[in-house]
Amino acid sequence: MKVKLVISFCVVCLLSLAACETVQPWERGTLAKPEMQLSEGLNSSLFDQVYDSKEASSGGSGAAGAGCGCN
Amino acid sequence: MKTIVGLIMLVTSALSHAAAEGDIAPLFTLQKLDKSGSYSLATGKVIYLDFWASWCAPCRVSFPEIIALQNDLGSDRFEVIAVTVDENPAAATRFLRRYDIPYQILSDPDGVVAGQYELPGMPTSFVIDPQGSVSLRHSGFKPGDMTSIRLRIHQLLETAL
Repeated sequence: MKVKLVISFCVVCLLSLAACETVQPWERGTLAKPEMQLSEGLNSSLFDQVYDSKEASSGGSGAAGAGCGCN
Repeated sequence: MKTIVGLIMLVTSALSHAAAEGDIAPLFTLQKLDKSGSYSLATGKVIYLDFWASWCAPCRVSFPEIIALQNDLGSDRFEVIAVTVDENPAAATRFLRRYDIPYQILSDPDGVVAGQYELPGMPTSFVIDPQGSVSLRHSGFKPGDMTSIRLRIHQLLETAL
């Protein structure tokens, strides 16, 4: 019984590997969209705009990135 | 054990056929971005093949320098070919509005040619000699990178004389 359970578990693990896929560098257009950023890109942009207006300054709040996998 | 190692080597060699320096550049035919026809990569000139996308920040840095490269070297013995991998060609067209492009822009929305060249990142460019071999592969782009690229192109143009 235990052996069957272990085999079943291994089979499920192997099958789940099929769901893994590498996103190629040229396929990262969707990942580069602001709404795909971890820091809630759209909210962050709005916050930055309000903050910049209040403080009369802009920039310096982060690094630019496009998710293109380069450099 | 030897058989397993042999099999692993066979599989990895079959998978890794990226266009590396010294390899023959894969030939291809793609639609032009403006849909005015198709364009086929041919040998006979020194070619600067650039893969880019509108969402790629370093590509924006590279564009003015590539335009200057084509304008400086003329089109008799040298040609820039830019391939956009934008899934939505309209985004690429919008991106190009700010530039006066003196070279061919081709569209590869499905990434077929990008897959043939196995790009390690975006942008990636290839300098191809008149015989069709990859002379230089350059991944990413930052200010100053064009110096080494120009040097290699000049070397190829001089040897081809």
